[in-house]
Amino acid sequence: MKKADAVLRTENLTKRFGSLEVARDVSIALPRGARHALIGPNGAGKTSLVNLITGQLHPDSGRVLLAGADITTMPRAERVKAGLARTFQINALFPDLTPLEAVVLAVCERQGTAGQFWRSLSSHGKSIDEAFGILRQLRLDDVATRTTRTLAYGQQRLLEIGLALATQPKVLLLDEPAAGVPKGESTELFSVIAALPDDISVLFIEHDMNLVFKFASRIIVLVSGGVLLEAEPDVIRADQRVRDVYLGRAKHG
Amino acid sequence: MAELSLSGAEPHRWLRRQSRWTGWEAAFWIAAFVPFLLFPTYLTLASQIAIAALFALSVDLILGYAGIVTLGHAMFFGLGAYCAGLITKAGWGEPISGLLVAGAFAAFAGFVVSFIIVRVQHLALIMITLGLGLLTYELANAMNWLTGGTDGLQGVDVWPLFETFDFDLWGYTAYGYALALLFIGVIVARRIVHSSFGLSLRGVRENLNRMPAIGSPYRRRLQTIYTISAGIAGIAGALLTQTTETVSLETLSFQRSADVVVMLILGGTGRLYGGIVGAVIFMVARDQLAGINPQYWYFWIGLLLMLVVLVMPKGVLGGLARLVAKVRT
Repeated sequence: MKKADAVLRTENLTKRFGSLEVARDVSIALPRGARHALIGPNGAGKTSLVNLITGQLHPDSGRVLLAGADITTMPRAERVKAGLARTFQINALFPDLTPLEAVVLAVCERQGTAGQFWRSLSSHGKSIDEAFGILRQLRLDDVATRTTRTLAYGQQRLLEIGLALATQPKVLLLDEPAAGVPKGESTELFSVIAALPDDISVLFIEHDMNLVFKFASRIIVLVSGGVLLEAEPDVIRADQRVRDVYLGRAKHG
Repeated sequence: MAELSLSGAEPHRWLRRQSRWTGWEAAFWIAAFVPFLLFPTYLTLASQIAIAALFALSVDLILGYAGIVTLGHAMFFGLGAYCAGLITKAGWGEPISGLLVAGAFAAFAGFVVSFIIVRVQHLALIMITLGLGLLTYELANAMNWLTGGTDGLQGVDVWPLFETFDFDLWGYTAYGYALALLFIGVIVARRIVHSSFGLSLRGVRENLNRMPAIGSPYRRRLQTIYTISAGIAGIAGALLTQTTETVSLETLSFQRSADVVVMLILGGTGRLYGGIVGAVIFMVARDQLAGINPQYWYFWIGLLLMLVVLVMPKGVLGGLARLVAKVRT
């Protein structure tokens, strides 16, 4: 892959907490339209990597580039504006808002109209249409006006994605989107992700290898903060090191 | 939700419904005129209630909607009160313009302070607001030459409202004036909370951490609402000055900051009318209880507060809303 093709790149990202190295020289690239999976055993630094990319954590060294621009020191909200969105492993929703309100809010924030205290919310007609369109796409239209806290867990996971989509991302980082969702529903959830338009590049963290092999076009294996291997699913499946480390076949494990 | 079909018009209708005036609101404003007819001897108390309610409304905007807990909002109430008083001492006694200047002054103070406020949360936030409140109080106390210190500001002379209505002893003008401003305050607050801006404040309250993840410059939002809230608090303070024609240090006191939070919690936060209902309960209770025993009336307020928080954690209005919802289903 040529360098110019990558929408998102990290260059030698390193981060340590004392003696613990959560990211070691991580260089990855996400091409346009990617459906890449980030896998690795617990504590490999997958969420930390997402946090480093989105700005919740600041790297000790290395760079993050979005569409060629260096965003390493950019504040979180501005990265989102630049087209970098994420979801959270543990639901980070607005419990007392309805999905409709939450997504309208995200749409208004993107359009820069969320600071207008003199305009009634219902006058933002186009934003409301867009928000409802996103909810419909995620099949949340039936529960759009119920309080978020009363939604089924799987619906809340979908709303996580909906909030990210409302920012119109170029790059979408999904931190275990199906975490805690029953097996049957998780396939359904991933088919929603697979159906996202090609101009959104997706990197997702997932533990269920069946889902990973089914939906990822490329897989990055992370072990104790460093990239062990990045390759096509078939290569990953056959690789002995991945089997040893990730699938827990190591003798001492 | 069966009634929500797949039609695209529904979400619009639902959002519009959220901001509609309700029958309860209409009933409340009609009831607000009752003191004129039935309790003319209590008009002074009624105007005090309206002023406290406006102050509580300003606190609801930041505490109830944006989740900024404050124990020092009397700072802005007092600044507005002193500002309004000093304007008349300088020779300008016209009430409306005095009110606006006092509000603008308090809002400016709120804007300056907001830079610190949006950087802290939880306990630190409470301590900062408390600290700022105490600071302002002692500053006013020390600046004897300007504020009159513990004696209060004497010689406040307010001209008749619209050059017609004198601030009479019975409080007809005072209550009418305070009620009109409370009404304007509610209209402004309604507009704010039912805007996309209001929605973003609720977003901050519900999940601060998510806000940057949807690209929100939420600190700027908090600064805006803090400034607006300080301005409204200042107007409430100025109202007190103009209707009583005196300013005391008490307007800046911790007691006032704490009382307004108590009123808000009694009535219910994040509902606009919670602070108003709370102010009615608190002030009427204080008036009646102080009549029975002027020394120990806070005992009953304490008891009432505990009872409400235990039985109706979302305040009187929250409890009523739940009751109504139960009856309807």
